[in-house]
Amino acid sequence: MINLPSTIRIAFRSLRVNKMRSALTMLGIIIGVGAVIAMIAVGSGASARIAEQISSMGSNLLIILPGTTTAGGVRMGMGSQPTLSMGDAEAILRECPAVEAVAPTHGGVAQLVAGHMNWSTGVTGTTPGFFLVRDWQLAAGRYFTDQDVKSATKVALLGQTVVDNLFGDQNPVGQSIRIKNVPFQVIGVLERKGQSPQGQDQDDAVYIPVTTAQKKLFGAQFPGMVRIILVKARSTDALNAAERQIGDLLRQRHHIGQKQDNDFTVRNLTQIMQTAEQSSKVMTLLLGAIASVSLLVGGIGIMNIMLVSVTERTREIGIRMAIGAKTWDIRLQFLIEALALSLMGGVIGIILGVSSSVVISTMSGWPTVVSPLSIVLAFGFSGVVGIFFGFYPAYKASLLNPIDALRYE
Amino acid sequence: MPQAKKRQQRLLADPLVAESLFAFKLVLTMSLIEAQDITKIYSFGDVELRALGGVSTTIEKGEFVAIMGPSGSGKSTFMNILGCLDKPTGGVYRIEGIDTKDLARDELAEVRNSKIGFVFQGFNLLSRTSAIENVELPMLYNGLAAKERHDRAREALKAVGLEQREHNHPNQLSGGQQQRVAIARALVNRAPIILADEPTGNLDTKTSEEIMNLFVRLNNESGITIILVTHEPDIAAYSRRIIRFKDGHIVNDEKK
Repeated sequence: MINLPSTIRIAFRSLRVNKMRSALTMLGIIIGVGAVIAMIAVGSGASARIAEQISSMGSNLLIILPGTTTAGGVRMGMGSQPTLSMGDAEAILRECPAVEAVAPTHGGVAQLVAGHMNWSTGVTGTTPGFFLVRDWQLAAGRYFTDQDVKSATKVALLGQTVVDNLFGDQNPVGQSIRIKNVPFQVIGVLERKGQSPQGQDQDDAVYIPVTTAQKKLFGAQFPGMVRIILVKARSTDALNAAERQIGDLLRQRHHIGQKQDNDFTVRNLTQIMQTAEQSSKVMTLLLGAIASVSLLVGGIGIMNIMLVSVTERTREIGIRMAIGAKTWDIRLQFLIEALALSLMGGVIGIILGVSSSVVISTMSGWPTVVSPLSIVLAFGFSGVVGIFFGFYPAYKASLLNPIDALRYE
Repeated sequence: MPQAKKRQQRLLADPLVAESLFAFKLVLTMSLIEAQDITKIYSFGDVELRALGGVSTTIEKGEFVAIMGPSGSGKSTFMNILGCLDKPTGGVYRIEGIDTKDLARDELAEVRNSKIGFVFQGFNLLSRTSAIENVELPMLYNGLAAKERHDRAREALKAVGLEQREHNHPNQLSGGQQQRVAIARALVNRAPIILADEPTGNLDTKTSEEIMNLFVRLNNESGITIILVTHEPDIAAYSRRIIRFKDGHIVNDEKK
C-alpha cells in the first residue's frame, strides 16, 4: 500500500534541501512554459487584430474598381478610367443572386468648415446600401435615404474623427457645415470603427448621397459615373459566386468581347484578409512549436538532475528498501519529485508568460491575447514532461539491489 | 467411556480435521528462522567466490544470538540473507515458516517491513530528517495512519530513552543517541526480530555497554529475538548463544 501524502512530503522535503538546484532545474521549465504562453499570446493577438479588422471592414466584402487608361503609352494605374456607373450598381443588385447589397461610391478630398473650425478629409458620396455593406451603425441621428439620393439633398453623415475636429464636445446632429463652400446639414454621426486593415483612420470620413457628390461637389466625366462599387455577398461561401456573376454581368454591360481584357477589377478583400488571418495562425503555431522546444530542453534538465539525485541518494534508497519500501514506493517518490519540479515550474512559467505578454503589448503596442487554452495546455504539457522525464530515473532507483544500495559510498 | 473414544476416532478420520491438526502442530514446532544448507556464490567473470558453503542453523523465538568470525568468514553475507536483503544461491531459508525463495521483490520488502528491524554499524539514519521522522519511516510503507505513526514513534523513542530528542536531526545527536534512534526505528513496527550488524562498531566502550544493555532489556522484557554480528568478545558476551563462522561455514555453535 502506498502512502501518498507522506510520499509527497518526502519528495518536497528533498527538493527543499537542494534549493538552488531545484530552482535552476525549474528554470528550464519556467522559461519553456513562459515562452510558449507569451509566443501564443503574441500570435493570437495578431490573429485577433486581423479578425477584428475583417469585421470592421464589413463582412463578405467585394470591391469593384474601374479599369486603367493609357495616355500616350503611359498606363495610368488602377481606377484611372471611369467605367463604372450607377446603372452598373443597380444592375448588380438586381441580377446577381449571390449579392445582398451594393454601394456605389464617388468622392474626393474636400475642405470642411463648421463655424470657425475647418478640416480636410475624404468626402464619399454613396447610397444607403453602403452602411449595410460596411456593417456600420449610427452613433446618433439617422442615415440618408433612397429619397435623399434620388433628389440629391445636401445632407451629410460624419465619422467620429471629423466630429472631434469640427465640433469637439458639441452635438453635430442638425448643425450645418460647408463642404467646398456648399452648405450641408449634418443628419447623423457614425459609430467609431478604428483603423482599417491598411492602417487608415476609418472614422476620418464624411458620407453624403452619391448624386449630391456627382452633381454638386466633384462632378462626373459622364452622368451617373461612380469611382468604386462595394458589394456585400450573401455569405462567405457566396463570395466566389458573386465575383463570377458580377464579372459576367459587367462584361456584358460594358460590351467586352471574348478576347478583350476587363475594364474593371473585382477584388475579394475578405478572402485576402482571411488568408492573412490564416497565415498569422500558422505563425502562432510555429512560435508555439519553437517555444515548446525549450520546454523539452527543460524536461531533459529535470531528467538530468533526477538521475544525479538518484545516484547521490543511493544509500538513502537502500535504507528505505531495507525497512520495507516497495518498488512503487521508491518510484513514486522520485516521480513526484520530478512532477513537483515541473508543475511548480509550470505555474511560475504561466505567471511569467502572462506578465511578459502584458509587457510586450505595452512596450511594443502589439495586441496580445492570453488564451485560457494555452495556459491549460502549457500546464498539462509541463506535467507530462515531468512524468516522462522523471520516470526513467525513478525506474532506475527502484531497481537497485538493496544490499548494493546500502553499501554505496 | 467407549462412546467418547469412538467419536474422537471418527473426528480424526475426517481429513479436514487431520490436516488442521497437522498444520497446528507445524506452527507449534516451527522455528522462527530456519536455514538449510545455504550457499552464496559471487561470480566475477570466471572467478567464483564461495562466500557461504552450505550453512544450516535454526534460531528460535526469543533467542539472543551473536554471530562471530573474522572478516571474510561469511558472517555478514549470512546476515544479509537472514535480513532478506540478499538471496542465497542455494539452500532453503524460512522465516516464520515462509520460504523466502518463493517471494517476489515486493513481498520480500513486506517481510523486511513487518518481521525484521535492522540496526547497522553506521546507523543509517536519513540525514536532515528529525529523529521522530526517522522512526516513523518503516510505518510509511505499511499504510498506518499519520496519528498512529506519530504515537508509535514517540512510544518507541521513549522505549530507548530519547523522548527529549524527538525533533533533533541525526547530526545533532551523539553516536549512541543515533544508534538508539535506529533501534527505535527497528522496534516501531513490532517486528519479532532485530538484526544488528556490528551495532557498537562506531561507539566507545561506555556507549557500547548502554546499547548492549538496551538489547538485553528488549530481549528479556519484550521477547524480541536479537541476532547480532560482532567480532568483539566483550559484545558477544551479552548474548546467550554464539555462532562462529570461518571460511563460509559454521565452525562452532554454543549456548550458554
